[in-house]
Amino acid sequence: MGKALNPHYKTYHPRWYRPRMPIFWWLRTLPYVKFITRELTSFAVGYAAILLVIQARALGQGEEAYSRFSSWLQSPPVVWLHIVVLLVVLFHTVTWLNLAPKALVVRVKGRRVPDVVVLLSHYTAWLVVSGLIAWRLLG
Amino acid sequence: MPESVQLQVYRYRPERDPEPSWETFEVPLHSEWMILDALNYIKDHLDGTLSYRWACRMGVCGSCGMMVNGQPVLTCATYLESLLPGPIRVEPLQGFPIIRDLVGDITDFLEKLTRVKPWIVRAEEKPLADGEYLQTPEQLAEYKQYSMCINCMLCYSACPIYALDPEFIGPAAIALAQRYNMDSRDQADQERLDVLSQHDGIWACTFVGECSAVCPKDVDPAGAIQRYKVTATADWFKSLLLPWAKR
Repeated sequence: MGKALNPHYKTYHPRWYRPRMPIFWWLRTLPYVKFITRELTSFAVGYAAILLVIQARALGQGEEAYSRFSSWLQSPPVVWLHIVVLLVVLFHTVTWLNLAPKALVVRVKGRRVPDVVVLLSHYTAWLVVSGLIAWRLLG
Repeated sequence: MPESVQLQVYRYRPERDPEPSWETFEVPLHSEWMILDALNYIKDHLDGTLSYRWACRMGVCGSCGMMVNGQPVLTCATYLESLLPGPIRVEPLQGFPIIRDLVGDITDFLEKLTRVKPWIVRAEEKPLADGEYLQTPEQLAEYKQYSMCINCMLCYSACPIYALDPEFIGPAAIALAQRYNMDSRDQADQERLDVLSQHDGIWACTFVGECSAVCPKDVDPAGAIQRYKVTATADWFKSLLLPWAKR
């Protein structure tokens, strides 16, 4: 064996090189970017949930508190913010539902229900529940 | 079609290089050549010191997985022609410590694989005189998809979670655990669940989904992990609601 040029090298013993994962690893490929985007949209879902709790609290505090909260909701910057939040939450919902057939294996009479049926039943349930809430609120 | 193509190959020779570097080789271009053929050409004609793993050359042994232009692929199943005009970058699989050139250390994967007991475990063996453990085509279909895994580790390389947190047991090991859990002859699903329901098991997975996208055998490890999460959750609820029931 020739003379080792690297002083840290020990003959017949591996000297592993361990590359570090860069902090911007998620910019490497488009699927990684999509994944991180999907994960970040969870903040919007969290915001929507907290908003609902605050709304319920305002409702519990009486008419005056609720009308103050409603007028805050109707101010233009808040309306714009909530349009953005709605779009982000819709993106989160769609990407979430699209993954459902991967996790759910449903069997009827011993036969596996096709993925497309699992997917469509999720979308149907979502639309029915949304429709019922809209009908209750607007009807 | 050009007569040759450039390959930028990752070189790491621990006896002389403190850090890895890139070396460019000009390789003849043939329409039937795969990346592996180009590496073999380099080894035979340009630089005999280049190190890499390969064996079957037909997408079965799972040895020749490498990163090609940033994507984990089997180099015996990736045409040079599909990556023209080049240069084509060839690196060792991401996520593994590098021993030399294109050779990663897979000891960690092998240790994790044995942890999930990827073999048939019986609580009680029936006597030989009773014959084989029979299986219906439906029972075979339950796990066949997962049994196609060739341990090529492309899924580990595509998984950013494994690269960030090497404690994660990883996609192929979980898919292979599912392969035996779903086998009607096996009786060790609870033992595997005890290993996989830990934090470094299924719950470390955040469902990036790239493991399934790069799998050359359509095993779908991401699906296996999500299904395992459903099973583990149901098991937890069952033990919460019926603590006296036998696990």
